[in-house]
Amino acid sequence: MYRYDEFDRRFLEQRVAQYRGQVARRLAGQLSEDEFRPLRLMNGLYLQLHAYMFRISIPYGTLSSDQLRGLAHIARAYDKGYGHFTTRQNIQFNWIKLEQTPDILAHLATVEMHGIQTSGNSFRNITTDPFAGVAGDEIADPRIYCEIIRQWAALHPEFSFLPRKFKIAVAATEHDRAAVKVHDLGLHLRRDKAGTIGFEVMVGGGLGRTPLLAQSLRDFVPEVELLAYLESVLRVYNEFGRRDNMYKARIKILVQSLGIAKMRQAVEADFAATDKRDLLLAPETVAAMARQFASPPYEDAAGDAEILKRDIAADPAFARWVKYNIHPHKQPGHAIVTISLKPVGRPPGDCSAAQMELIAKLADELSFGEIRVTHTQNLVLPHLRQKDLRRLWRQLDAAGLASANIGLASDIIACPGLDYCGLATARSIPVAQRLATHLAGREEAIGSLSIKISGCINACGHHHVGNIGLLGVEKNGEEVYQITLGGNDDEHASIGAIIGPAVPVAEVEQAVDMLIATYLGLKQGDERFPETFRRVGMSPFKEALYAPR
Amino acid sequence: MASGEPQTLVTGNRLIDGAVIYFTGDSGWARDISEAKLVDAEAGAALLAEAQAGKPPLPAIGAELIEAIRDGGRVVPVSLRERIRAFGPTVAHS
Repeated sequence: MYRYDEFDRRFLEQRVAQYRGQVARRLAGQLSEDEFRPLRLMNGLYLQLHAYMFRISIPYGTLSSDQLRGLAHIARAYDKGYGHFTTRQNIQFNWIKLEQTPDILAHLATVEMHGIQTSGNSFRNITTDPFAGVAGDEIADPRIYCEIIRQWAALHPEFSFLPRKFKIAVAATEHDRAAVKVHDLGLHLRRDKAGTIGFEVMVGGGLGRTPLLAQSLRDFVPEVELLAYLESVLRVYNEFGRRDNMYKARIKILVQSLGIAKMRQAVEADFAATDKRDLLLAPETVAAMARQFASPPYEDAAGDAEILKRDIAADPAFARWVKYNIHPHKQPGHAIVTISLKPVGRPPGDCSAAQMELIAKLADELSFGEIRVTHTQNLVLPHLRQKDLRRLWRQLDAAGLASANIGLASDIIACPGLDYCGLATARSIPVAQRLATHLAGREEAIGSLSIKISGCINACGHHHVGNIGLLGVEKNGEEVYQITLGGNDDEHASIGAIIGPAVPVAEVEQAVDMLIATYLGLKQGDERFPETFRRVGMSPFKEALYAPR
Repeated sequence: MASGEPQTLVTGNRLIDGAVIYFTGDSGWARDISEAKLVDAEAGAALLAEAQAGKPPLPAIGAELIEAIRDGGRVVPVSLRERIRAFGPTVAHS
């Protein structure tokens, strides 16, 4: 993974010192809240319902074991012993005190971490496939480009005050695990006929109050022109994006109002007129960055498959975990492990300090010290030998980290919701907990199903792209949940359709039961929920849910 | 004022740690909502102005008026959001 150089370290030290001075002036009354708010947000510090919330950047979801231990320290020393992994591959702490934040940032700097690019009207965390670098079918490790883009974007003088936040995602395999089509800018690594690496550039995707899928701006931008082309996209957005209404300020609204053809015309005109000399990505630059993400020294694991086969045969519980939580690895005899942070009945995406420390230790012992964060709020150990899986599973199981439910109904995405978030209109975590408990024991029979829950229209829980999405709203003082169906965030991305009137919170489990029963009754062969929904449409689900009883 | 009818109080978040606090009058703020000064709605604006008076740094950020009901010794906010702010998240964590 990328390692800081002297410039990076010095920058962070200076940033921490600058922030320490800003906090001191705020606490002394020399800065008003209006003056201080943008400064703290630029370092990832929000004010939520109960306390300050710190959002710490985990660039493209890649963590070292030292960094995970650093986060565990923050959880223990400055919070209530846990952290929450987010749908943008970051981590949040909910119980932070302003007066301690300079010390927190100073500690994070010692493990090359910070809260920059987690808030404000500029670039947010650049996210990618959590299996980057180890998936067998990727064109190249997308993290190489994520880091190049991150360095280009960070503190960019022209783009530090965009009309609104700007989210970029990068995918490198046909199966999109980075949800590129619901990002402001989605990049999909491709090769042209000559084998040259480049990117399909998509623009104008997003969730929130106006969910839209990104549209293709250009089918292929060669690698060498990537940053120059991104500059042109951002210049057009910066110039023409709305600044009069924050709810209409995302690039998706600009694309919607101009139309993709005019957007493309504007970008291409800017690109043609730009002096690109300083922005061209030299092959040696890319190669130098690629060396930062070189594969670790894998051992010969030719015999591991047989050992795994024996372990699976010997232990049904382990076998079940392998079935759902393990993904094939590019290196023979190895495996990619997804650690579920969705134990049934617990808040999705939460991880205690003790669990973080255990995962860091296991990463050191078994995964070359590397961990990934997924946008579905789970963690990944990317470099396991198959012979070590059972040993890993036993230790995870003892710590409540071995739920065998990746991709199943209890692998729910949920935002913090009204229990924590100042923007929320309803709770999401208790709904997720009750649903997961309700569906436990039936998950395998149901099969692959994504349920996503947001506590407000901002859709941080990605409900628009859940196979079953739930949006909590407040009606006459009560929490009710609007249900959407058929959403998807992979290469077959689709925005869920609203089924009908919202259901009261007490009826959510029953409603989801009816929808699942309808799906199971109609599915053909191995159809997953989105395929069945596309084939049969909304009517059968609507009839089932709203039939008179 | 009969018990159970909504009144108005001032709440905010404490500057140093973001904790939820309630204006008790006389420049005072408390963590416990039962210590909040309740007034009739017509007196809310004046209460808010009193809570926001003083030299910076003011102890509370984002001071605002909310409705609550006094029920015996308890003060209970009308809205779910403010009940969660007053009594804590409704979920347990690790």
